Amino acid sequence: MKKIISLILLFIICLGIVFCLQDIPFGAAKTKVGHYYIDNGREETGATNIVTSVVLNYRGFDTLGEVTILFLAAIGLGAVLATLKKKGKRQIEPASLILKTGCRFLFPLILLFGAYIFIHGHLTPGGGFQGGAIIASAFLLVYLGCRERKINEVANKITESIAGLVFIVMGLIGLTVGGHYFLSNFMPKGEINTLFSSGIIPIIYIAIGFKVGSELTGIIDNLMEKS
Amino acid sequence: MEFLSNYIYYIGAFGLIFIGLFIILVKHNLIKVIIGIGILDTGVNLFLIAVGYISKGTAPIFSKAGLDANNMVDPVPQALVLTSIVIGVAILALALSLAIRLYKHYGTLDLRKIKEQRW
Repeated sequence: MKKIISLILLFIICLGIVFCLQDIPFGAAKTKVGHYYIDNGREETGATNIVTSVVLNYRGFDTLGEVTILFLAAIGLGAVLATLKKKGKRQIEPASLILKTGCRFLFPLILLFGAYIFIHGHLTPGGGFQGGAIIASAFLLVYLGCRERKINEVANKITESIAGLVFIVMGLIGLTVGGHYFLSNFMPKGEINTLFSSGIIPIIYIAIGFKVGSELTGIIDNLMEKS
Repeated sequence: MEFLSNYIYYIGAFGLIFIGLFIILVKHNLIKVIIGIGILDTGVNLFLIAVGYISKGTAPIFSKAGLDANNMVDPVPQALVLTSIVIGVAILALALSLAIRLYKHYGTLDLRKIKEQRW
């Protein structure tokens, strides 16, 4: 009964969407602003990756909101799970030698790859969020492989807070020194397509990388320890 | 057939969205409902990327000289989807933590028993 009602409802929604979609041709340019960003993005921001220049320069304020949502979700997860009674001593079965050695070998390499991704965010595909996710996966590997190890929670929180502060302070400096808006690019843009270019974008992406990495690691820590 | 080849990305995206909605509406297990939310999220992201696609376009990155700026896809939907993916991860983590609490409190993940519904 419930399935039939749901299917009828979905069919009605589907008909409405089909009528709407006939006015949206596939594969044609639809916005003018996207073309403006592609044409002028390199001169105005200095970043060769146009998506990065949209995320951090033209729409940097949205990114601040996004980071705030991630922060709120991590805090909410900690608050929801905080009152759970900790399961006494976890039954830890030590991992085998091969697993432990492989884990120890791969951990720094994954960290290095994550750092590469977020340092080169303005030149190649990637950026702070992706690099942060890769760094968190390295910590997840430690949790699954070398099971008796644990991250330092205080250091995790300090890293997260400092990275968030760097983002906001860079934005406020841009507001006072550089121009008339939050996160304006006040540093020299340098030569296009080199590592030290495009002003504040690499600095903010490094901060976002540390913040996302430590936040996701905190989420993993909460879910593994308290559940 | 021409309709299918023109709109195949839209059809795929809305297929994912409807599968997700159907799971959310029909299933009783809370974990399955969360999986449905994840599938719906993926469908919405795919639809946004498909809207921004330009025929035979390349990624909007000037990684080497000689790339044609007229031949690049729209960067704005890609930036929006970058935001949306991160928020999707945050929502999934929060929903899973709430599911853990519900399981500890009620001893079951069946939504019918939690809400004391008949069907």
